[in-house]
Amino acid sequence: MLVETDSCNSPFVLDANGLGRLIASLHASGHRVLGPTRRDNAVVYDEVRSTSDLPRGWVDEQAGGHYRLKREGEAYFGYTIGPTAWKSFLHPPKQSLWSTKTGNGQTEIRPASISDEKLAFLGVRACELAAIAVQDKVFLDGAYRDPHYAARRANLFIIAVNCGRAASTCFCSSMGTGPKAREGYDLALTEFITSEDVAFLAVAGSKEGAEMLSTLPTRPATQADIDASTEATAQAESQINRRIDTSGLSPLLKENPDHPRWNDVASRCLNCANCTMVCPTCFCTKVEEVSDLDGVETSRVQSWASCFTSDFSYIHGGAVRTTPKARYRQWMTHKLATWVDQFGTSGCVGCGRCITWCPVGIDITEEAAAIRSGNKGG
Amino acid sequence: MAKSRHRPRLGVFKFSSCDGCQLSLLDCEDELLAIAGAIDIAYFPEATRSDDVGHYDLAFVEGSVTTTHEAELILDIRARSSTLIALGACASSGGIQALKNGAETNAFIDTVYAHPEFIKTLDTATPISDHVTVDFELRGCPVAKHQLIELVAATLRGRKPQTPAYAICIECKMAGNVCVMVANGTPCLGPVTHAGCGALCPGYTRGCYGCFGPKETANTAALATRLADHGADKRQIQRLFSTFNTGAPAFRDEAKRHE
Ligand code: SF4
Ligand code: SF4
Ligand code: SF4
Repeated sequence: MLVETDSCNSPFVLDANGLGRLIASLHASGHRVLGPTRRDNAVVYDEVRSTSDLPRGWVDEQAGGHYRLKREGEAYFGYTIGPTAWKSFLHPPKQSLWSTKTGNGQTEIRPASISDEKLAFLGVRACELAAIAVQDKVFLDGAYRDPHYAARRANLFIIAVNCGRAASTCFCSSMGTGPKAREGYDLALTEFITSEDVAFLAVAGSKEGAEMLSTLPTRPATQADIDASTEATAQAESQINRRIDTSGLSPLLKENPDHPRWNDVASRCLNCANCTMVCPTCFCTKVEEVSDLDGVETSRVQSWASCFTSDFSYIHGGAVRTTPKARYRQWMTHKLATWVDQFGTSGCVGCGRCITWCPVGIDITEEAAAIRSGNKGG
Repeated sequence: MAKSRHRPRLGVFKFSSCDGCQLSLLDCEDELLAIAGAIDIAYFPEATRSDDVGHYDLAFVEGSVTTTHEAELILDIRARSSTLIALGACASSGGIQALKNGAETNAFIDTVYAHPEFIKTLDTATPISDHVTVDFELRGCPVAKHQLIELVAATLRGRKPQTPAYAICIECKMAGNVCVMVANGTPCLGPVTHAGCGALCPGYTRGCYGCFGPKETANTAALATRLADHGADKRQIQRLFSTFNTGAPAFRDEAKRHE
């Protein structure tokens, strides 16, 4: 049954077939659809051609430095989040900025072309919406807008999926970002189990989302549908057992640069930078010169950088942060404290990726709690 | 092409090694003509017939020092070279042959060779930097082709080559690989290994063997503790740190702790 949707937030119900239609419609409107797929024993965001690419019936088990997939249930979105952050597409690991060509005594400067690709993200979690909003502030709101990010962002269609499960590493509720999506999406889906199959409660969050929804085979949601989806979200919420106490956190971290816990964490930390690579808000980059051998073409290429490397704090004469202790302290203090001064939000959205994908399982929630508990002043 | 530019004179030298790093230079098929156009390959026994004579602007040295002859030769090459670059794991940390350091050399020789009297070797395999001043070390077993090209391009422009000393993990994540340690419990040296290969092995769901040697500020002890948590025994941990870069202090010392 086809229903006209005229209001942005009245819920409709979409079945699995409707989800397939949604993916096909996005393709038809010229979008490259990216979403959850199963590769190398993890759920990673990649090309989604149809619902058969989705990790249906797979859920993850996560802990510090530990991630395993296992079969459980029939949900399309039963997993929580994997190692990929959406920044991999909006703010890719490598981006050419400009290049020069020299010949006949002249040097021509060419800016890198801005992509007009239309992306659609399927399965964006509430914490990830918050992370995209954080990166929007970084790349769009300041004095120096990133034109590449801006173009991708302007053409982006976001389908949020509310969590029905939480991983043991999730702590979005204490960071005020999840597990239910509140804003920043075109469509939001909540998956729930019906007597025959799975279904999705669908709510539009933008004009484009409402238009898309109106073209899909849906039915108006009944109270029972709404209750079932509310219950799914409540289940995720009840599974969250990690948290960060954010009260007075910023002064607490800033006033404790010599806390003994920094030495303790430095003895365990590999300064491998995995935490910064997987963090959906970490945005730092470096710019390098790439030159050809015959001296004709040179380009400037931006790539992801990390505060866990010594080059990162290199200024004339040497690196400022030479020790792993200084680097971990910088990272966590920026995430949870100075980020607020800089951008008006926390740099941490509580996704827990840095906990799971840290090879030695260092846990930001534990480290923050340790600084607090050992702090004599408070 | 800037034809008028002075083409630096290059010599490529081999010490105790497998030839793999020199072959990486020949392997730069697409770029080889540009390299040959930009530098004067004056001595390179793998590729040319010319003799080793005169002064070099640039010397590439592959291999470690394992004989008295080599210990003398490297002094001579250094004296005749403006810039000396050590290529690969052997030249920068001694190579796999550094496994003999600290062992009974004569006992090995007696076991392996039918005529031990023909073998003249030092008791150690040591990196080039133990003998002469090295201007730059390019890591890897073998070196990575793209880094070799970057080294040549940077040297021609007089800038520092971009061969970051951070962990393989950064390359691994940038390539979009799933961490083999976290997702499968596979032992991996990536978090303590110098970047360069582009995280080749994790890209094929294998753990890193540490071809590029220790990264900057490598916390091998913390990694070893984690490997033990994943079920690796002392012998496995010791062996993991005792391969192509067994002579690199950070790996050698970690291996020793698990003897
Ligand atoms: S700091 Fe950790 S938990 Fe917070 S947003 Fe980054 S990866 Fe997620
Ligand atoms: S906290 Fe973990 S992931 Fe981050 S640098 Fe340290 S060891 Fe690596
Ligand atoms: S073992 Fe490590 S350093 Fe060697 S090629 Fe594989 S990933 Fe690269």
